[in-house]
Amino acid sequence: MTTTPRPKARLADILRVFTAMGMASFGGGLPGWMHREVVLKRGWMSEESFLAGIALGQVLPGPNSVNLALYIGQQLRGWPGAACAFLGILGPPFLFILGLALLYGWMGGAAGLGVVLAGVAAAGLANSLTVGLRTARRMRGWWPWAVAVLTFLAIGVLRLPMIPVVLVLVPASIALAWRAGRHA
Amino acid sequence: MPERLLALVLVFAPLSLVSLGGGPSIFAEMQRQAVEVHGWMTDAQFVDLFAISRAAPGPGSLIAALVGWQAAGFAGALAAALALYLPSTCLLLAVGHWWRRKGDSPARKVIERGLAPIAVGLIFAGVLTLLRADGAGWLELLVLGACTAALLRGASPYLVLLLVALLYAGLQQAGVIGGTG
Repeated sequence: MTTTPRPKARLADILRVFTAMGMASFGGGLPGWMHREVVLKRGWMSEESFLAGIALGQVLPGPNSVNLALYIGQQLRGWPGAACAFLGILGPPFLFILGLALLYGWMGGAAGLGVVLAGVAAAGLANSLTVGLRTARRMRGWWPWAVAVLTFLAIGVLRLPMIPVVLVLVPASIALAWRAGRHA
Repeated sequence: MPERLLALVLVFAPLSLVSLGGGPSIFAEMQRQAVEVHGWMTDAQFVDLFAISRAAPGPGSLIAALVGWQAAGFAGALAAALALYLPSTCLLLAVGHWWRRKGDSPARKVIERGLAPIAVGLIFAGVLTLLRADGAGWLELLVLGACTAALLRGASPYLVLLLVALLYAGLQQAGVIGGTG
């Protein structure tokens, strides 16, 4: 099924792509940017491996998008790959946000800027929503939908603590995937 | 100053390892520590810094760097960011290393297929959580819907962001939104 060889990601490319995403992702939505660049545009990683990275990055402690970048870099090129992804996604934005902090200090507040910031934050979120919708459209059968909806309701709507929720849903989902694979 | 840096590390390193579900789950604790416990800033300043970190490029968790900056300048920003990222990074890389060694095994394929719908549910939950944290109103929801529709049709995310920034700047100039500051 996945016999077509994936293009190999060079370390310099990983650094370059993650730096570009780090600087372009105004308003956040980094999972959306990473899906676009790593899966859709460059084909470095399969969609399922990418989604596994999202789940892993959220279930393990630590900021999600940094975890996802580390996962992608490490799966592609081991420790050096992870280091390149980490530096790219965090280095330039770190300096940029300190520049904004300076600006904020000089202006004596975020007045005026705050309104535009709200719009940019909403537009940035659209990147995350887009990757959610794109991957949801590709789910086949009833069980992935049931699992996705239950996860969303439990954590997003009911705001239940994540660990007990995934402790129940992850094994159930893997069992369902295994059963579906046998009957396929 | 060294005491401040130590205090920053002691605030953010534990947050690194309890930040399940990422940024939003630790913003409240960050705010409590920065405003009430240590008095590095006022509540209003924290809210401003949150807005800056949400709009700025890169991970939203870089609000840690802003808090560190406010408390102790550049060294503070660096100390806070490293304290927040390094502990969780070590854990993730350890798990990722083990995961990578499984290569293309059938077991890994089944686990990936099982994790995929969980990830999809978590993505939607994350969007909802951030919309709540942003205090998004009808205009933001409209913008979110329109931008998502455009992106799904293959629009460039760069162009989408630029147009929204221009739209908001225009609306503000015209006095339709904001103005109070």
